[in-house]
Amino acid sequence: MGNEITGVAVVFGLAATLSWPLGRYISGVFRGTSGRFKVFTVPERLIFRFCKIDPSAGMDWKQNMKAMLSANVLFFFAAFFLLLLQGIIPFWNPGRLAGWDPIPAFNAAVSFVTNTNLQHYAGETDAAYFTQLVVFCWLQFVSAGTGIAVCGLLFQGLSGDTGSNIGNFYSLLVRSCVRILLPLAVILSAGLTLCGTVSDFGGVREVHTLENRMQQVAGGPAAPMIAIKQLGTNGGGFFGANSAHPFENPDYLSNMLENIAILLLPMALVFAFGFYLKRKRAAILFFSIMTTLFLAFTAVSVGQEVTGGASVPESGLLPGPNLEGKEMRFGPVASAFWAVSTTSTSNGSVNSMHDSHTALSGGVLLLDMFINALYGGVGVGFINFFVFVVVAVFISGQMIGRTPDLFGKKLEAREIKIAALVVILHPLLILCGTAAACLASSRQGWLNNPGFHGFSEMMYEFTSAAANNGSGFEGLHDNTPFWNLATGVIMLFGRFLPIIGPLAIAGALSVKKAVPASSGSLKIESMAFGAVLTAVILIVAALAFFPALALGPVAEYFSTL
Amino acid sequence: MNAERNQRLFSSNFIREALVASVIKLHPGKMARNPVMFSVEIGTAIMVVVTLASLITADQSLGAPGYNGWITGLLMLTLLFSNFAEALAEARGKAQAAALRKTRTDTLARRIEKTGSRTMVSASELDRGDLFLVEEGELIPADGEIVEGLASIDESAITGESAPVIREADTDRNSVIGGTRLLSDRILVKVTSQPGESFLDKMIALVEGADRKKTPNELALTILLAGFTIVFLLVTVALQPFAAFSGATLPVASLIALFVCLIPTTIGGLLSAIGIAGMDRALGANIIAKSGKAVETAGDVDVLLLDKTGTITIGNRKATRFYPSAGKDLSEFSRLAAISSLADHTPEGKSILELARQNGASGEDPDWPDPEFVPFSAETRMSGVNLPDGTRIRKGAWDAIGDWCRRDGLKAENPELETWVRDIAAKGGTPLALAVDNRPVGVIQLEDIIKPGIRERFDRFRKMGLKTVMVTGDNPLTAAFIAGEAGVDDFIAEARPEDKLGYIKKEQQAGKLVAMMGDGTNDAPALAQADIGIAMNSGTQAAKEAANMVDLDNDPTKLLEVVEIGKQLLITRGNITTFSIANDVAKYFAIVPALFTVSVPGLKALDIMHLGSPESAILSAVIFNALIIPLLIPLALSGVKYRPVGASFLLTRNLLVYGLGGIAVPFAGIKLIDLVVKQFI
Repeated sequence: MGNEITGVAVVFGLAATLSWPLGRYISGVFRGTSGRFKVFTVPERLIFRFCKIDPSAGMDWKQNMKAMLSANVLFFFAAFFLLLLQGIIPFWNPGRLAGWDPIPAFNAAVSFVTNTNLQHYAGETDAAYFTQLVVFCWLQFVSAGTGIAVCGLLFQGLSGDTGSNIGNFYSLLVRSCVRILLPLAVILSAGLTLCGTVSDFGGVREVHTLENRMQQVAGGPAAPMIAIKQLGTNGGGFFGANSAHPFENPDYLSNMLENIAILLLPMALVFAFGFYLKRKRAAILFFSIMTTLFLAFTAVSVGQEVTGGASVPESGLLPGPNLEGKEMRFGPVASAFWAVSTTSTSNGSVNSMHDSHTALSGGVLLLDMFINALYGGVGVGFINFFVFVVVAVFISGQMIGRTPDLFGKKLEAREIKIAALVVILHPLLILCGTAAACLASSRQGWLNNPGFHGFSEMMYEFTSAAANNGSGFEGLHDNTPFWNLATGVIMLFGRFLPIIGPLAIAGALSVKKAVPASSGSLKIESMAFGAVLTAVILIVAALAFFPALALGPVAEYFSTL
Repeated sequence: MNAERNQRLFSSNFIREALVASVIKLHPGKMARNPVMFSVEIGTAIMVVVTLASLITADQSLGAPGYNGWITGLLMLTLLFSNFAEALAEARGKAQAAALRKTRTDTLARRIEKTGSRTMVSASELDRGDLFLVEEGELIPADGEIVEGLASIDESAITGESAPVIREADTDRNSVIGGTRLLSDRILVKVTSQPGESFLDKMIALVEGADRKKTPNELALTILLAGFTIVFLLVTVALQPFAAFSGATLPVASLIALFVCLIPTTIGGLLSAIGIAGMDRALGANIIAKSGKAVETAGDVDVLLLDKTGTITIGNRKATRFYPSAGKDLSEFSRLAAISSLADHTPEGKSILELARQNGASGEDPDWPDPEFVPFSAETRMSGVNLPDGTRIRKGAWDAIGDWCRRDGLKAENPELETWVRDIAAKGGTPLALAVDNRPVGVIQLEDIIKPGIRERFDRFRKMGLKTVMVTGDNPLTAAFIAGEAGVDDFIAEARPEDKLGYIKKEQQAGKLVAMMGDGTNDAPALAQADIGIAMNSGTQAAKEAANMVDLDNDPTKLLEVVEIGKQLLITRGNITTFSIANDVAKYFAIVPALFTVSVPGLKALDIMHLGSPESAILSAVIFNALIIPLLIPLALSGVKYRPVGASFLLTRNLLVYGLGGIAVPFAGIKLIDLVVKQFI
């Protein structure tokens, strides 16, 4: 038990420590001052030339938005058609897998383009190596790169030192992939390979097991994909069982490496904000708020899993840890910590079955995704957090008797309108989706668990889609047209509107004249503002979802007491 | 007087007027301006239908008719309370404005026709540009500018100040206000505004709502509140299928009750009242704001341009010390100083006489009867007296007196005097030399008297983050000294109107908001350029047109009050918003367990207040939600007190009071209400 706690403490400590220098480096990448190493400049120049991109051309927020959307539309169609045509691609398909049906292909393509990786398929049986490496793995890079790139645009818009020109999306996307994601992924996949994560092209093997039976074992080029799936907060595993699968995550050490990778970039982007805007104290405050909530959630989740929550004694077993759906090589503490990490960061890879978590731990995971900004997804996590900052600045500015300003730029009706729309979006997608599923569920029979837990399963699925998380509560037959289409649409809204909104705010702020700070101005670094910000985060997330949580995890918890 | 007037306004008979108005304001077209309360109105309408339906049909799912009726009534009450708050603020403003122009009854005006003839017409028939004549003892029929003449006027009806004021044509103090009384002389006045379009009329229109536009922050806040309203609409609408899935049936009344309790009705209901109250407070301070936006913007001001005279120093310079030269004692010098100033009616002259009298010299000297007064002239730059015995006494600036002494061939070098002159100037004073028959006899020290308490006031402003700038015609040396004494942050010395304009533009370039006060026509460009320009009511029409506020009291320190009123407006709004949203926590704990007690007994554990029954829990939450609006009306109308303590401290304090208070108060309130309500069901 003590060792298990130490294990997660080391993971958290290492991730937090490494994220500081990495944040400084990312800020340099955004500013274009991260060095002229050939290993970076050569591929960058090739890509720029091939795509006819002028990386130095500055664009305003609308041009950048169009660039971001058109690139992502292109990514989607490329992926969609490659999935449909999987069967006719002659190589890297040892299992001779056929092409996909359009609806699952739509869901999968959307899911990877939006950095969600909500997998309604199983990698072993549905995806050829070509699909895994060329389609999914590639999308895991560019979708993460998209998130980091828009985060860079947001920083530049907030700094406001280049007017309406807030940078160049294409250039940031390429640099994010080449200079941030690729090097880290190479290091991590090498590390994972050393731990025993598989990486081969041999196809399915017949093995003679100890039980004297023949078993088919799927392998494949997993290690490269695992690296980017964790670093880019993608979460889409090579195998259906995701990071619970021993070929993806063979031992405790690989589990630590992957968990660090889950947290690393989302944490680093908070510090990158501090370095980029020269507001390290604000970055530290933001990081502390995220960390406080993150650790509080971890405490609940770990506590519930270790004690087994409320339900275990009633089932006739001795009180003890909740080990259902967990891998014994990780244990309940590392599993619960992973679960909180993966839901906080919009990652979505799982090393235990979230469906089997105790009721309150499951509730915490939902809450994590309702907030979706405790570190959050790469790039987009900070962007989501930024919307909370806008709302908090607006409220606290009024409380101290000044027209609210963020970094000296006045927040006016237009900015608040956009922020309000983004705030509305998340509950809209989740509550309406879940309500529709509730109405339809009686006829569909997709639930194994009726009652509160079944309700949580459906809500979890929509929350995971809206938050672009991609983890599943499972226990839900979700590879149906209803779930594929509904979650597909929700993923698209949940991804792009929360990016466009803050980008529009940054664009509007970038051209405003900055008011110099005085002793009457709100100090964004102050503890008092931190308190308002924390309250805004909790209230916006908790108030909108309180009844839903009450009917799901909370009702389940109290009903089993 | 203002305090007395405000006090009266809270309790007087216009409450009845507000009650009537709050019913009239239920008109959906009017309610639609406020999305939060409009959704309450829609909820109420739905509840009326549901209540009627539950009376007629036997459909159990609609809920008990009695319960439905209570909820409907309470929602209606919530709406009325909110309207009442707005109507009360309007009534206050109107009463205040009416008090300002109560003397402006329909007097007769002596209009001068183009032909030169005079006709008596009613004041309401005067158009802009008409000329009228006013004579001693008469009421001035309309606002205007004096074209001809000089007069003393009693403006106490408007300003509450009993001392008469002097108004004169072709000066910067040429404006007269309708309803004030001419005490002496006769003046020819040109009407400056159409009837019904004076500044006061415009402000009344702003208060009454016809012309009221949402201020920028109010608009942004309305949008945010609308956002919250939509979120809670989603929460409520989605709850029905959630409940159905869990096997619970929720009556419509409970869902609408939940919705109304969750949306920010407290701030939504008080929002416009708070805005109007800001205008009211400005009016209460005898300031006519031309728009609500101006009042709000005042809270954001970063830089204040303040005229030295009247704002930082008391009126004019005063004699504070005599320096007799060697060979003259103080009483002798005082006698000379007194006699030289006997007929000098300038404020400086009066103060010299005063100081001399303190030293025992009356100025009435039997040795020197009937002195001949020599007034100040630009040529000699001296004033004084010629006595019948031929003695000439002069006082003036040292260089002028020195010239006078030298001109008559006498040696004027006087190192002792020159040292005093330099010392006095270096300390921000003005040295005035006194000479008798071309022989200097000493120096009088004139000093600016800095208003008591002004330094503390500027410290307050520094804590608020405001920069104060003193504007003065003094030379830089004197200006620097006074600036240092008074504790202003910067000064403009030897200021001309264009210097003010330049300074304002420079600060605005750096993104700052600037406020200034002015009265003269040559102040108009700067008043227009400033983000907040306050014109004195005595000032010229051009200045008043250019400004966005007019101060009826002509009090230069008003700038400070205006800033506080603006800040108070924002703070009141912000804090009630925080309070309103924080309330939701307790309301959830009251309503959610009540909704599911039957179908999900486990959720009873969330009922941490241990409320009587599901119905009484929901009713108590709705009652609390309705009652908190009238309970907060006094706060909304009088405003949250502003303290200049620095942004972070202020935020912490307000967060503790309105944030934590907003969480705690409804827990207590709902529990108390429930204790009563459960006796009845």
